[in-house]
Amino acid sequence: MSLPATLTDFSLAEARDAVHARKVSSKELTQAFVKAVADARPLNAFVTETPEKAIEMAIASDVRIAHGEARPLEGLPLAIKDLFCTRGVKTTAGSRILGNFVPPYESTVTQNLWDAGAVMLGKTNMDEFAMGSSNETSHFGPVFNPWRARNSNQNLVPGGSSGGSAAAVAGNLCLAATGTDTGGSIRQPAAVTGIVGLKPTYGRCSRWGIVAFASSLDQAGPMTRTVRDAAILLRHMASVDPRDSTSVDVPVPDYEAELEKGVKGLRVGIPKEYRIDGAPPEIDALWHKGAEWLKAMGAEIVEVSLPHTKYALPTYYIVAPAEASSNLARYDGVRYGHRAEGARDIVDLYEKSRAEGFGREVQRRILIGTYVLSSGYYDAYYARAQKLRTLIYRDFTEAYRKCDVLLTPATPGPAFGVGEKTADPVSMYLNDVFTVTVNLAGLPGIAVPAGLTANGLPLGLQFIGKAFDEATILRAARAIETASGFDAKPAQWWRAA
Amino acid sequence: MSVDKDTVRRIAKLSRIALDEARAAPMVEELNGIFNWVQQLNEVDVEGVAPMTSVVAQRLKMRDDVITEGNAADALMANAPLGEDHFFVVPKVVE
Repeated sequence: MSLPATLTDFSLAEARDAVHARKVSSKELTQAFVKAVADARPLNAFVTETPEKAIEMAIASDVRIAHGEARPLEGLPLAIKDLFCTRGVKTTAGSRILGNFVPPYESTVTQNLWDAGAVMLGKTNMDEFAMGSSNETSHFGPVFNPWRARNSNQNLVPGGSSGGSAAAVAGNLCLAATGTDTGGSIRQPAAVTGIVGLKPTYGRCSRWGIVAFASSLDQAGPMTRTVRDAAILLRHMASVDPRDSTSVDVPVPDYEAELEKGVKGLRVGIPKEYRIDGAPPEIDALWHKGAEWLKAMGAEIVEVSLPHTKYALPTYYIVAPAEASSNLARYDGVRYGHRAEGARDIVDLYEKSRAEGFGREVQRRILIGTYVLSSGYYDAYYARAQKLRTLIYRDFTEAYRKCDVLLTPATPGPAFGVGEKTADPVSMYLNDVFTVTVNLAGLPGIAVPAGLTANGLPLGLQFIGKAFDEATILRAARAIETASGFDAKPAQWWRAA
Repeated sequence: MSVDKDTVRRIAKLSRIALDEARAAPMVEELNGIFNWVQQLNEVDVEGVAPMTSVVAQRLKMRDDVITEGNAADALMANAPLGEDHFFVVPKVVE
């Protein structure tokens, strides 16, 4: 095998093979990424860089490789969303309230990755408590998308909430990254940065040690440059965990082994409700092209209906804030996190610490959640939303009588400008219109890059699968990856910045 | 349904978030924008529909009622903004 011109151009799979074959050492590879991370500070993709730790882990990996004890991800440098608790390494959730929090424990997902031999480059920036679709609610400032429109110097958002991870993967600052997805926070940023992002079935990855946002919706997943890399990383993130009672005891298959099986005979559903008014024609055209590619490869295209689709976002904006208001009650300025000065009494301490520690979007969602759960409003809002959730779930059950996977656009448009949508919360929420249904139904979904807009920005397609059938959406995404031949990369403008 | 300033103050109080006067008025507007948008859920007939409790069909797991981890007081206190020995320090609670 030949080495790429620069080590940071490796895919995860290529790097794995090269490191295992001792064509390159983990230390050389890690040093290249440590430098790429430092050179890319204008993107603001990382909250915390951990170069010393990375090199130390890489050296330990090289020793193992020399002894013939290489594990599956031995010596491969990854970036970790700053929502995963990492022992001894600051974990902020993008919030001032956790600005100095150093966890005394490791999340199950990251522990699984270190147990498989992976190396940590640092913690990536994100929307505060994963609440956002543009990475602009972070206490540590916005992340810039590595992509810019053709002949433009305007900074674009990388999507959110896993915007730092998306930018780090798209900008070749790491081999792959972890993300979390509550309403689209892996798939939406993946789509607008031209990378692959997979949200697994609810229960596939343990949530233990991941700072909680909306516990019935949160799932961790891989963000990578290729579909194969997503298959590799997911296998080593997923596990059943006694510390997360909602993690499910279903064997984790070797997703990579099934990747090239193709789509011949696969029944692909096209949900007609995903055609939305006001979406740019490029989105519809790409969706149509995706279906044509699959058909040409032997898939059967079936029109299906998911009648409650339009209610998914408003349902989400009741359920998620309700759970968030409960989960975020723990931040009190007493046991950990930001504590306000000069409080008169204990209630004043809580109120001031939380007012100073939480940003605007987080405060807004806590208030919404408190309201919809409060006496007299619970039935009108929360109970109704949970019933809608049942109807949305049933829509999918019905659709899967006729098809094996669903093909949809991943986002309603390409990356937009920094500051363009921050004034109106609802217009920001609409970025997740195609992804949020999947979280409400607990299903797996994957965003895969499929083309560029006329002005050169990436667009993605989404596959939605049956519960615990990640293997099929990976196989379908691999087919799109092959057909589209998507290999565009952003110009590395930040190196000159 | 819409919320007024008093309601927003009340839910801020329940949420234990200090809301100053300058933030209260815009917050009323922002919340009403969102509540008006979620009103569309009222179009749907949910009569007889069971509320979703879990997307994955599995019984809640049980475990033996024993201590699995403990004696971690030092680690638990390490992030406390204010502590003494193994106690968290708070402002005076009882007069």
